[in-house]
Amino acid sequence: MGDRAKSLRNTIVLIAGLLVFWQLMYAVIGEVAMRSPWQTMRYTVTLVETDFFWVHLTNTLQAFAVALVLSVVLGLLIGFALGLHRLSAEAMEPMLVALYSIPKITLYPIILLAFGLGMSAKIAFGAIHGIIPVALFTLNAVRSTKPILVKTGRVLKLSPPAMVRSILFPAAVPEIFTGLRVGFSLTLIGTVLGEMFAAQHGLGYLLMNAIGLYNVDVIMSVTFLLVVFAAGVNGILLAVDRRLHFRV
Amino acid sequence: MTSAHVALKGVTKRFPASAGGQAVHALGPIDLSIRQGEFFAVVGPSGCGKSTLLELIAGLTPASEGQIEFEGRAIENEIPDGIGVVFQEDACFPWLSVRENVEFGLRKAGVAPDEKARRVRDAIAMMGLGEFAPSYPAQLSGGMRQRVCIARTLVAKPRLLLLDEPFGALDQQTRLLMGDEVLRLWREIGATVFLITHALDEAAMLADRIAVMSARPGTVIDMVETHWPRERDSRIVEQESFGATTSRLWKTLREESMKTMGRSAAAT
Amino acid sequence: MRRVRLYQVGVIAGLLLLLEALCLAGVIDKITMPPPHRIAVDLVKLLLAGKLYPEIGKSLANVLLAFGLAYSTGIVTGTVLHGYRTARETLDPLFATYYAIPVFAFYPLFIVIFGLGDGPQVLIGFLLGVVAVIVTMLNGLDRVPRVLRKTASICRMGPFETAVHVTLPFCAPYLLTAAKLALAYAFIGVIGSEFIMARSGMGYEIGYAYTNFDNATMYPLIVLILLLSIVMNGVLTHWEKLLLARRGQR
Repeated sequence: MGDRAKSLRNTIVLIAGLLVFWQLMYAVIGEVAMRSPWQTMRYTVTLVETDFFWVHLTNTLQAFAVALVLSVVLGLLIGFALGLHRLSAEAMEPMLVALYSIPKITLYPIILLAFGLGMSAKIAFGAIHGIIPVALFTLNAVRSTKPILVKTGRVLKLSPPAMVRSILFPAAVPEIFTGLRVGFSLTLIGTVLGEMFAAQHGLGYLLMNAIGLYNVDVIMSVTFLLVVFAAGVNGILLAVDRRLHFRV
Repeated sequence: MTSAHVALKGVTKRFPASAGGQAVHALGPIDLSIRQGEFFAVVGPSGCGKSTLLELIAGLTPASEGQIEFEGRAIENEIPDGIGVVFQEDACFPWLSVRENVEFGLRKAGVAPDEKARRVRDAIAMMGLGEFAPSYPAQLSGGMRQRVCIARTLVAKPRLLLLDEPFGALDQQTRLLMGDEVLRLWREIGATVFLITHALDEAAMLADRIAVMSARPGTVIDMVETHWPRERDSRIVEQESFGATTSRLWKTLREESMKTMGRSAAAT
Repeated sequence: MRRVRLYQVGVIAGLLLLLEALCLAGVIDKITMPPPHRIAVDLVKLLLAGKLYPEIGKSLANVLLAFGLAYSTGIVTGTVLHGYRTARETLDPLFATYYAIPVFAFYPLFIVIFGLGDGPQVLIGFLLGVVAVIVTMLNGLDRVPRVLRKTASICRMGPFETAVHVTLPFCAPYLLTAAKLALAYAFIGVIGSEFIMARSGMGYEIGYAYTNFDNATMYPLIVLILLLSIVMNGVLTHWEKLLLARRGQR
């Protein structure tokens, strides 16, 4: 109980601190390039009431949803397939880590050439950001399952699918969930980034369009909405994540 | 030679209340007088503040009340010169080789380089680590790592050697052998040794005098003299008086331990 | 160990051969992607011609600047923050959420504030990396065993000496992990920013080549960036493994 009160207090202090910082930055930089928190929130309300905002938002959410499903399904498949085979796990883990750390942004032109401008390119870009962390966390979670649990399963003569279903998966759930959380964030970032480079729809496009038109109100509001959404969902996922890890 | 090398007068230790908790009276009041060159051991039930007592003498933590003197000078929250400590935990620096670990003990001693090299070589040889000098701690067993820590302490030529359950993490055979080793070192370097242990046989075999501590707040409830000759080793466990000492220690401690267990049983 | 290497080489060679075959068979058309051997030849030509060296140099300089700033700031902040529990606990939610935030979304804002130059790019690279360094540093400092600090006290070392001779050497593997992260984020930040909006740099050149269907420039440049980041990452990983092996950890 005390812990929860403390983390609530910390979050409130932090949000207040960030708002003060924002206000200060506004005071320093001024009207030319920034808006105050209050102005931003007021403009956000008017923005949210327009139809064209919803067109872009739905577009982003659609792309993100499909990319997320792809990231999770492919990531889990790759992670389990490699994690269950020792040599594959050992050989592929460093390669996945290397892939994880490359600037995937540079791959964007290739994605565009392969998929053409539009929805599928955004989805592909979101998915390549998300698949690797999901696969990597899953691989490590499966690989580091306590040997005694696996032995127990073998003594019980479980079939390979039953082994995955009733031992490997449940034991790996907390770590896999961490992978899903990271994958969620990165897929979102990837999708929005994709929209920023080349697209005719979506929040990322809205952002780039606004800078072209030098519309500071829109830049501030869209950035604000993206940050609030990403931070909010991540906060919820993080709470679940902590509970899962606590279980052990 | 019965002058007090270390003297504690009315020493207590209280830990301030942490968030939501109560202040803890951990130790004392304790009066102790440890003689020059003596092998002194402290035994007590777990959580009685034995290690706190050692940290007080080492100057690692300040006393709440009372006074601690080492060689006639008060210790006030400062590490006095001439003190060496061997901890229970593995305190080897994993990024340094055995030789570099031992050298670490002389880093602040202000010894000339050739003198330093000689003393490091001697300490390594004394602990039988010669062939392992270039090895890294990770390549050694737990017992060998503890020898490295002892060598690192000895190289600074401490006049008071504080041992905080130094064999606690080792297996029984290694413990007995290390016990012999410590007795030999004690005779060779002529330092006063202050040993904290929870193993009664260890205390009975090694020490000249043994203080038995009560449950928290820890105070000295019994003092046992063993009257061993200075030349001794682990074979004294065969002697009758070894058994008598051990059982006297156990009798006192058993009552104390029962109290603690009763308290925790009542608390749940 | 050798089987692992063989496996890795096999996977990479297999993928390259597959791509080569697909390209040559026309499944992947020439406009989408030239065959891998062509890209390799183009890369060599590009490096020999040297025309793009100023762009490459500029990007790398910005990457190094962003890396240096993020790394030094992160280590100092992490070390200081480790001493202040309340401040650290207050910032914890920020650290936990930070990498969910699309930092690139701030790039347009930075351009408006600082103008279209190196500043916003370096700032993005810095912002991406700095928190990873702080978190890694805190993580490393948390793991310094109390007994090692006590040993330093017994050897009569002050706070500064303890940091130099005990705490930082203990954290060395963490310092390397932090360097890897900061470097990776510096690359992503700088190249990505150049990509979104810039007037020069490798990212800009890639974008320019893309709009002009100049695959002979675009693909070699992409491959070059990937190779650079993989090689730097590999060197640091190797070093990290050596340190850990000496300490008996994998």
